[in-house]
Amino acid sequence: HLATSLPLPSERDHLRPRIDLIVFMIDIKSKYSLKNVEASLAHVDASFFLGKVCFLVTGVGRVNYCSIDTNAICKLGEAYCSPVLFCELELEGIRVATAQRLLRMLQICAGLVPGVSALSFGLLMRKSADD
Amino acid sequence: MDETVAEYIRRTVLKIPRDEIKMMLQKWGFLSEAQLQTLNFHQVKDNISQDVVQLCEENSADIKQAAVLDIIYNHTYHNKRMWSVYQMKKTGEELEYFDLTDFKKKFKKRLRSALKNVTITFREYEDNAIWIRVAWGTPSRKPNQYKPSYVVYHSQTPYAFISASVLKSNLPLLCQALVVASNYHDIREMELRSHSLNSLKDIVFKRYSQNFQTYCPKPLQEKNVEPENVDLRIVQENRSEKERIQRVNQEVFGDGPQPILEFAHYRLETMFKSDPKMDILDKKEPFRCLVKFSSPHLLESLKSLAPAGMADAPLSPLLTCIPQKARNYFRIREKKGLFPETFVSP
Repeated sequence: HLATSLPLPSERDHLRPRIDLIVFMIDIKSKYSLKNVEASLAHVDASFFLGKVCFLVTGVGRVNYCSIDTNAICKLGEAYCSPVLFCELELEGIRVATAQRLLRMLQICAGLVPGVSALSFGLLMRKSADD
Repeated sequence: MDETVAEYIRRTVLKIPRDEIKMMLQKWGFLSEAQLQTLNFHQVKDNISQDVVQLCEENSADIKQAAVLDIIYNHTYHNKRMWSVYQMKKTGEELEYFDLTDFKKKFKKRLRSALKNVTITFREYEDNAIWIRVAWGTPSRKPNQYKPSYVVYHSQTPYAFISASVLKSNLPLLCQALVVASNYHDIREMELRSHSLNSLKDIVFKRYSQNFQTYCPKPLQEKNVEPENVDLRIVQENRSEKERIQRVNQEVFGDGPQPILEFAHYRLETMFKSDPKMDILDKKEPFRCLVKFSSPHLLESLKSLAPAGMADAPLSPLLTCIPQKARNYFRIREKKGLFPETFVSP
């Protein structure tokens, strides 16, 4: 499900399945995108932040057009206890690899991988980021 | 043939892309078809230009003919120059019949009375456009052919498009001659500039697609959706918002192609508003600031901002009023009396 911001329109509530993973996409070239994500975060129930939220930063390939400080985004990830992934959508290889990573995360968050829960996976991601 | 004329023709031909040289020489019409047949257009441009000069020598070209070739070049490649728009005013409503010969005579007379050394060339085109090329000199120097000014005047309208040369001091004289020759009484420069002459014409002649205020209660459901690969596994949660943005965009920008402008300048002369506690700029002076938007196609990029998710729709009227107001240079002053002083000293 693609949405431009939260909260989701209520008229489609009955058509929506259970939400397993929320990926917030931030375009590093647009401050507006970061503001939008920060505003939308307020509408997310706290239980999602136990491993079911992830930040995806796009456009990192074009270094000259960065409008957002990566530190700010990393701090956002820390504040919400959620992993931050960086990618460049314009390159097919990275696009595919990122999609595969997200898919794997989704499988875990949906409980389809036995022995690994969303929370434990989230902790794993955090530990490796701190190293 | 004069050395300077030969050099000027040679340099003009060198500017033309090789594939276009033959066509442009044909438009010029100074060399006969037989002469053009003798030219080899597949050799290096340097050699082509030398051959052309040779032929012009045979025909004894003078600066007048060379100037015509220059006009033809600039008419074809008008996007290489920066054009400003001027609007003329008449006192009364008398519709005078436009006489081209009279116009040319008066124009030349006016310029020559002020400045002896000028080269003035006219060329008419289909859409009532009169192209005027003026090369400027001084009382002691011959006209500089490499820095001419161009005026495109549409005789049925009060508009003239001027691409001044670097020598801006001649601009008032040029404007004066134009006003006198066309029987107007005043001329003013509009705050509208661009490289694309046709887009400027579209804006002032209102030829671009404007938003007509038609009452459309709901977006037409049968509107043809872009034939993108609609993957049924992707659900767009904000479809109605996307459609609203499209609708607002269409109302503001219309359906057709936008005129091409390269920039918009906003000169701010407003007061700096800050938290009174922060005590920045305690002098109550306007904060001078220039905001410039530039793009290869400014209006088209503004139109795509909201659908791309980079801005809210509707956009600020300061941006969207550009074609309607026919200006891309703005001065923003403080709104007087609307917002009274808010900080009160204790």
